[in-house]
Amino acid sequence: MTGEGEAARVYALHVAVIALLVALNFVLPEYHHGVLARVLVLAVFAMGYNLLFGYVGLLSLGHAMFFAAGLYGAGLPLYHLGWGVVPAFAGGIGAGFVVALAVGLLALRTSGVAFMIVTMMFAQVFYLTTLYFGEWTRGDEGLVLQQQARRITLGSGTLDLTNPVTRYLTAVALFAAALFATLAIVRSRHGRVLVAIRENEERTRMLGYDTFANKLTAVVISGIICAAAGAAYALLFGYVGSTFASVQYSILPLLWVLLGGAATTLGPLIGTLFMYYVIDITSGFTSAYMLVVGAMLILLVLWFRKGILGTLRERWLGWLP
Amino acid sequence: MAFFPHLLLATLEGLVTSAVLALTALGLSLVFGVMRIVNVAHGEFFMLGAVLAWAITTAVSGHPALGFAAALVLSPLIVGAIAWVSERLVLRRVEYNPEATIVATIGLLYIIQQLALTFYGPEARPVAPPFNVRIQLPWFGYSGYKLSIIAASALLLLATWLVLTRTRIGLIMRATQYDRETAQAFGIPVGRVYGAVFALGAMLAAIAAVLIVPIQQAHYLMGLDPLLLSFIVVIIGGLGSLRGTVIAALLIGVSDGIISMFFSPTLAKIIATLVVAMVLVFRPQGLFGTATK
Repeated sequence: MTGEGEAARVYALHVAVIALLVALNFVLPEYHHGVLARVLVLAVFAMGYNLLFGYVGLLSLGHAMFFAAGLYGAGLPLYHLGWGVVPAFAGGIGAGFVVALAVGLLALRTSGVAFMIVTMMFAQVFYLTTLYFGEWTRGDEGLVLQQQARRITLGSGTLDLTNPVTRYLTAVALFAAALFATLAIVRSRHGRVLVAIRENEERTRMLGYDTFANKLTAVVISGIICAAAGAAYALLFGYVGSTFASVQYSILPLLWVLLGGAATTLGPLIGTLFMYYVIDITSGFTSAYMLVVGAMLILLVLWFRKGILGTLRERWLGWLP
Repeated sequence: MAFFPHLLLATLEGLVTSAVLALTALGLSLVFGVMRIVNVAHGEFFMLGAVLAWAITTAVSGHPALGFAAALVLSPLIVGAIAWVSERLVLRRVEYNPEATIVATIGLLYIIQQLALTFYGPEARPVAPPFNVRIQLPWFGYSGYKLSIIAASALLLLATWLVLTRTRIGLIMRATQYDRETAQAFGIPVGRVYGAVFALGAMLAAIAAVLIVPIQQAHYLMGLDPLLLSFIVVIIGGLGSLRGTVIAALLIGVSDGIISMFFSPTLAKIIATLVVAMVLVFRPQGLFGTATK
């Protein structure tokens, strides 16, 4: 168990990370400022993935559908029905909740390899559905959300999400919310039961815990966090397309989490940031970014199973959550 | 055309799909059955088979049948060698841990896809069929080549079945599948069997791709559909069951042909994928398989 001092140290570290991200808003050059805003939203996606993969040990190959549920849940009503930003964001989260609950109820009846394949198939159904209703979603081409639709009116002032500074700070706020939510979950009783399920599901059940209910809660929370990332992506960057529902976006969060360190709260951010820049830099002299992704996956699985933060925690920083 | 000839045409097209699908899925099923791993890169071995077939047929001059015959022999051999090397270098080292294997084969998928894109390019390219014969039915003419695909696939399936059930190699494979440790205790080189089975699975996919490439062009992204369809077939047929795989391939191929002819192909895929996911959820041993330990 963690003592008082350790809890204080953990919270201090997380607050410091958020403070650093806010401070970066004022010093980063324009290009990297934009990149970091995008990375933060994608890191929230990775954090949602990590909750299920890292802490419960459930490897899903279909998380793109939760991200895309948020993306479309927010983007479609805003585009077609003229909803405001706040209801659209809520719509995205609602869509994520419904999809996650339905998928969780069905997919959790399986385990291991079958779970991976079932989640991948549900995600494929979701992806094909977005193509099938191309009349409303415009498929791969996607929808571009207009600038004037992406504004919040607060009393007399307006919050313009297309403004780079507002966009960056909104991304930081979302990231902070997801980070502290994850931290609270993994330090709670529920979080400890989840880790127990990962380590030995049979024994956890024998101790009297309802493992199915605990796993279902984890799937739903993970789905909601990913949907929040998707909804924020639609609202902040103004693009909604089927690409985000494709199998590639189910694999990327797995890569980010493995790289940063599964079952660490800050690992997803580090993995996403690192991978984004690896692709950004390599694309300067080669277009073969898929080669980089593939090689990274194999190298990670062969020699670096615990990821960056996982290795740090094992060697030096045992207190990292 | 009236309804019946339409249906006949849809069924014939469906049978061609089934023939290719059965071979591809059999490769996936063998690897899963013997090694207990899911090979996500299976579709890329299929794609590689098709792309190599294009490269070989363009390199060989003369009658198209000559190049095609060369492709039918060389392409699976090259793909098998690549699969064997990746099994020895990567999968053996992660000790066939199910999750690590999936991640590693996803990595392999991306690497193969990128190499195909870099060296072969983004274009879809056709391969000339080895012969052009039209068989005239009362209502329409049908490609003789397509019918020969069905025959070739049936022969290969029969050959695989004979090897598995009647030869010493098949016995060794079945022993490894049944109980890896006991097989090892009896002196079976399990590691070498794994390498060979992985290569064999990839070769079956490559053969299927060479057969289909004269009617469906070679493209670097063509591997995803066969992968998903093979998953579907293997799941419906019951993992590791040859008979189930063939029946399921027939079922999926023919119904896909008929549904695609009368409805939208996207809708057909949505329905098939959803049905299979439900089969996996509610009847994990497949429709034809029996519950295992």
